[in-house]
Amino acid sequence: MYKIEVLGTGCAKCNKLEENARKAAEGLGIEYEVLKVKDINDIMNYGVMITPALVVNGVVKVAGKVPGVDELKKMIKE
Amino acid sequence: MGDCACNSGVKLIYSCSGNADVGEISDRVARALRREGFGQGSCIAAVGAGMQGFIQSAKGADVNIAIDGCPVACARKILESIGVTPESYIVTEMGFKKGHTHVTPEVIETVFNTVKQGKSDKAETKYAPVTGGGCG
Repeated sequence: MYKIEVLGTGCAKCNKLEENARKAAEGLGIEYEVLKVKDINDIMNYGVMITPALVVNGVVKVAGKVPGVDELKKMIKE
Repeated sequence: MGDCACNSGVKLIYSCSGNADVGEISDRVARALRREGFGQGSCIAAVGAGMQGFIQSAKGADVNIAIDGCPVACARKILESIGVTPESYIVTEMGFKKGHTHVTPEVIETVFNTVKQGKSDKAETKYAPVTGGGCG
């Protein structure tokens, strides 16, 4: 089970990142769950200074960007 | 933290914060810039320690500003080691001598204004690329 967290306060880019992350996970055919992390303290605990950010199984993969689905697939699997 | 990247122009500020007088100046200037809203303060130690949140934030920022006390340029080199080329400022290149500079409000203001006015050349045009990073 992959734990995918989308860090951000709910802006358009955060929503797009979540959408792309779901598509990537679906494309990979993996079991996953997506959690939205909006609390500033929780976001800061990851050391993330810019949102949106993506965390996969506890590891920050990207911040301040919205990668495409193919790129996200690589990030999720690596 | 935490500007949303929906706001363009995200700028992160790092200081070497070395133990020498010029390192202290770099630290105090970085904090002053953050307080003024010039950019967000980040943590070069966390980048050097491999903390992915800080590393990815540096990679995602529009501008990274490294304020180093001396030409050893630890802050700049740490950022370069993760593939980020910062806008580089070095206190000793502003007329202050390491080990012989009193950390006064006037000195801090001078460095503060220099960084704020963006007088420094970008690192890539002023220095050869460095790999390896670290506080050496």
